[in-house]
Amino acid sequence: MTEDRAHRVVDQLFREEQGRAVATLIRVLGDFDLAEEAVQDAFITALETWPERGIPDNPGAWITTTARNRAIDRLRRRKVLAEKQAILERHAAIEEELAAIDPAAAAEGADPMSPIVDDRLRLIFTCCHPALAMDARVALTLRTLGGLSTPEIARAFLVPEATLAQRLVRAKRKIRDAGIPYRVPDDHALPERLDGVLRVLYLVFNEGYDASAGEHLIRGELASEAIRLGRVLASLMPDEPEVLGLLALMLLHDARRAARTSAAGDLVLLEDQDRTRWDRARIDEGAALLDRAMRMRRVGPYQIQAAIAALHDDAATTDETDWPQIAALYRVLGDMVPSPVVELNRAVAIAMADGPTAGLQIVEAVAAGGHLESYPYLHAARADLLRRLDRRSEAVEAYRRALELTANEPERAFLERRISELTAATR
Amino acid sequence: MRYLLLIYTQETNELPPPEVQQVEHAKYAQFTADVKRRGLFRAGEALAPTTTATTVRVVDGDTVATDGPFAETKEALGGFYLIEARDLDEAIEVAARIPAAAYGSVEVRPIWELPPEYAMAEAEAAAAGA
Repeated sequence: MTEDRAHRVVDQLFREEQGRAVATLIRVLGDFDLAEEAVQDAFITALETWPERGIPDNPGAWITTTARNRAIDRLRRRKVLAEKQAILERHAAIEEELAAIDPAAAAEGADPMSPIVDDRLRLIFTCCHPALAMDARVALTLRTLGGLSTPEIARAFLVPEATLAQRLVRAKRKIRDAGIPYRVPDDHALPERLDGVLRVLYLVFNEGYDASAGEHLIRGELASEAIRLGRVLASLMPDEPEVLGLLALMLLHDARRAARTSAAGDLVLLEDQDRTRWDRARIDEGAALLDRAMRMRRVGPYQIQAAIAALHDDAATTDETDWPQIAALYRVLGDMVPSPVVELNRAVAIAMADGPTAGLQIVEAVAAGGHLESYPYLHAARADLLRRLDRRSEAVEAYRRALELTANEPERAFLERRISELTAATR
Repeated sequence: MRYLLLIYTQETNELPPPEVQQVEHAKYAQFTADVKRRGLFRAGEALAPTTTATTVRVVDGDTVATDGPFAETKEALGGFYLIEARDLDEAIEVAARIPAAAYGSVEVRPIWELPPEYAMAEAEAAAAGA
């Protein structure tokens, strides 16, 4: 076997398996750093030995076994330094537990029928604990479960590497010192806590799908990572409709990824997208998931949003889109989670269904509420409706306001194009 | 793990009417009995208002006692519970049951377990004092 092939296999395996191995070791060790170091050791060993000896039959189990042995080595080395009886006893207990890990079972993922919960499920609830700051939850989830490196995450969120590293250190310290547990929350707390986990995944997806700043509209790796974690969560909690709903929502949006930017990297609006470039496989997968979720008859905001995305994905053109149905779904969503952003989206759907005047009326009401004054999409939506009503100077003014508030380069370019079209036309 | 649950509420100049106090006391009695039954209770007290507080500092060897603190914030520390919980989730669950959590806030702070060296030092100090 070539060294190249081994490297590729290890790379892919790292993305897929490191979260599982780290999760198992963290459960036993109660120590993020030791777990991460041991799993990293295991991957390095894989890189060194697999090109010669070949890839083992169950690479995931091999990684977990090797990581476990490395953790034991590291603990023994620490033990030599530690003299306290209490520490020695604790180490002995941990070693026993480490030895009891069944790598094959860990790598297979727990049988859903068995009472043994997959370690990754415990860990995701730890990483997304509400006692951690939101940015720490995101960083920790991507680092420990996602297998993204610290520099990768720092780049994705446009923060200095040192800042992100510090954020991770603080979060891990809080988990240890405040006693944030490694377990799936009790039933009474589960809905709220699960909601928190879904929020983290959705935030990661959105940051990947619709970057808030930077040169690229889409930072694909974040969106892909959110979908990957969404799949893991959906396989671990197959009876939670909102988990399936979120995964469906992400897939149904991500299906349009290729069509959302032009070859030059410019933003392409939904109405102008080449719909043949939409990923049909993703749409079908998302639609099937949504179907499964809806049959559970516990509707929630992610399912509603997925249903809206599915209606868009179903239509051959903007004109053929079922706008009245979309507007109705936004109303349902707004009743569930009242928000001016949802109302703004409803206004856009109403404008498509009943004409720009009807839409603008709602947009003006949202604007009068004052909560979205610094939200660029409010001004962009208002500008678009004014443009369609041929109220050009007002439209230009609104586009300019949107431009002031936008940091994403492709979006800025789009707004500038609109402004120059309108000003050229008035001249 | 042990956690200190610090109860912050808005201080009022006057005590609420007796019937309101009675209801409040009944709620706290219920909560305290529950935590004790679960074996989580270690300690718990209510504090007299901040108008009765005195702040002590030692400045250049002199003890300086001043009136206050006068809280800048609207909410002031009004009482506490010390509990033993298996982890933060249990501590949060208990904190949420404190009646004041519904109208004030509860800060959950883990007790910092000092190293065995500290216990040794304390034992030595006690022995030296004896």
